[in-house]
Amino acid sequence: MRIFGRRSPALALPVLALGVLVTLIPFVLTFLTSIKYQIDILTGAWVFRPTLDNYTHLFFSLQSNFIVNTVNSLVVASVATALVVVVAALAGYSLERFRWPRHTAAIVAGWVLIFHMVPGVTIVGPYYLLFRALGLYDTRLALILSYLVLNLPMAVWIVQSFVGDLPTELEEAAHIDGASNVRTFVQIVAPLIAPGLAAVAILSFVFSWNEFLFALNLTATNAVTIPVGIAKYAQQYVIRYGDMSAAAFFATIPAIIVVVLAQRQIVRGLTLGALK
Amino acid sequence: MCESTRTESGVKGCAFGSTGARETALRSRGPLGERFDRAFQYWALLPALLVLLALTVFPLLELVGMSFSTVSFGQGQVIWTWSGLDNLRTLLRDHVFFAAIGNTIVFVVVTVVVETVLGFTLALLASEVGRAAGLARQLLMIPILVPGIAIGTIWSLMYNYETGIFNVVLRFLHLPAQSWTANPHLALPSIMVVDIWHWTSFVFLLMLAGFESLPAEPIEAARVDGASGWQVLRYVVLPLLRPTILVAVLFRTIFAFKVFDEVFLLTGGGPGTASEVISFYIYQVFFPQSRMGYAAFLSVVTILTTVVFVAVYLRAARRREARA
Repeated sequence: MRIFGRRSPALALPVLALGVLVTLIPFVLTFLTSIKYQIDILTGAWVFRPTLDNYTHLFFSLQSNFIVNTVNSLVVASVATALVVVVAALAGYSLERFRWPRHTAAIVAGWVLIFHMVPGVTIVGPYYLLFRALGLYDTRLALILSYLVLNLPMAVWIVQSFVGDLPTELEEAAHIDGASNVRTFVQIVAPLIAPGLAAVAILSFVFSWNEFLFALNLTATNAVTIPVGIAKYAQQYVIRYGDMSAAAFFATIPAIIVVVLAQRQIVRGLTLGALK
Repeated sequence: MCESTRTESGVKGCAFGSTGARETALRSRGPLGERFDRAFQYWALLPALLVLLALTVFPLLELVGMSFSTVSFGQGQVIWTWSGLDNLRTLLRDHVFFAAIGNTIVFVVVTVVVETVLGFTLALLASEVGRAAGLARQLLMIPILVPGIAIGTIWSLMYNYETGIFNVVLRFLHLPAQSWTANPHLALPSIMVVDIWHWTSFVFLLMLAGFESLPAEPIEAARVDGASGWQVLRYVVLPLLRPTILVAVLFRTIFAFKVFDEVFLLTGGGPGTASEVISFYIYQVFFPQSRMGYAAFLSVVTILTTVVFVAVYLRAARRREARA
């Protein structure tokens, strides 16, 4: 919908392109630094011989745990995502489609909203004491449980929004044909809200992969994930610009994959709540 | 639509159950399966409720308990000592916390205002260019999905005194190089720039969705009546987009208030307290300083502030909506 009539694109396009450029330049610079030798970084050379040294150093040098960190990140993000999808699909469907006693849904929604708003740093302290007491400190399980909770509010909202869009007639027809509640959910509802579940899965995975605060405070050596690995590396080897760029660029790869392959699925998840 | 077919089966609308066919189908699976299935709505919600109870209610209760105590480690055990309102007294004399509050307020106000204006403008431009908007949306989504720590690293490299792009440009223009993150006057603004770069995309995404769902009729009607582009924007589009803007501001305020990763990596709250913010300070008190009771007290204060802010904001937004 154009507000400014026919001639506006001539003006709008360059400004928009500038905005996109400013957004992308830091990534391009980082990528370029990550394939430069240290000497080219220090002299600020624009013409240089590219190298993968920084990446090999990042992964295979003795000082780095980057392979372990990557495995931890993958395991934690995948398991947390699987749990989030199942728990949120069931909870969202139940809240959206069944009759609950007065205010139950509102109380659950309000509580979830409050928890979603409160700064994570206020919760991570009690988690630290809790997981220490349970012997789960510095385990992947502690992070998986944390990310399950952190992603659940968003996930339940997305599921509710997709279930709310389904016409009830399909479920009614299934019931008239004798399908149980479980069967209706698994065979009718779940396939129909698959785009919503995909959005939940993608966003949970990305957010779990990115999460820093909880990973920083609930791990020490064994369960360290990529963001914490990068932060520690950045603090220890401040002047290894090449390694740091390689690490930063490596950590952005899932984001880039998602944007290229699954952009459409997550727009609605990201903009949920903005539209009625 | 659902309401009209409500049955007495206890299920909301939708006529689940109480049809003969269903009864027979279930009976063939035995009474246990039937009971299990009838309670579907309850056990479907159960996992989420258990997780939320165990990992939100319990920690919050623990937080409240801790906030009236001194908590420390002794021989691997956590020792709680009741200390009444000691933590409140500490807070009233804690100038670092007040500096953190001040910085956080400045940070939130500046970043949210700039991000909203920029995001709105970019979305307006994107909605004018038609098909290119899709590509812009795709590319601008990248920062939202990138780890905060990677963004901190990228910017710490760009802010670097020797090799960073900013000082390279300044030297090229024969201007003095700056220590962006170590200068007390520049540390907080430097982090704000990162946040604006990181999150303008998010506002853009919300606003673009808003622009795309605008109804065509009122805009065309205004134009037929001879309104200029600016008048359409001011008197037709802005009022229609108000709910979207309010949501974007609320979301960004809540998340700007939580800022942590970038501060951790770029300045560590320094120099002095120049870029100290609430989240980072609570982290410092709880973990590096191990003053867990006091950190819990600060957390409770922060949580209450957040909840009150959101309640007031939503109520004010709703009231204006009702008046409009």
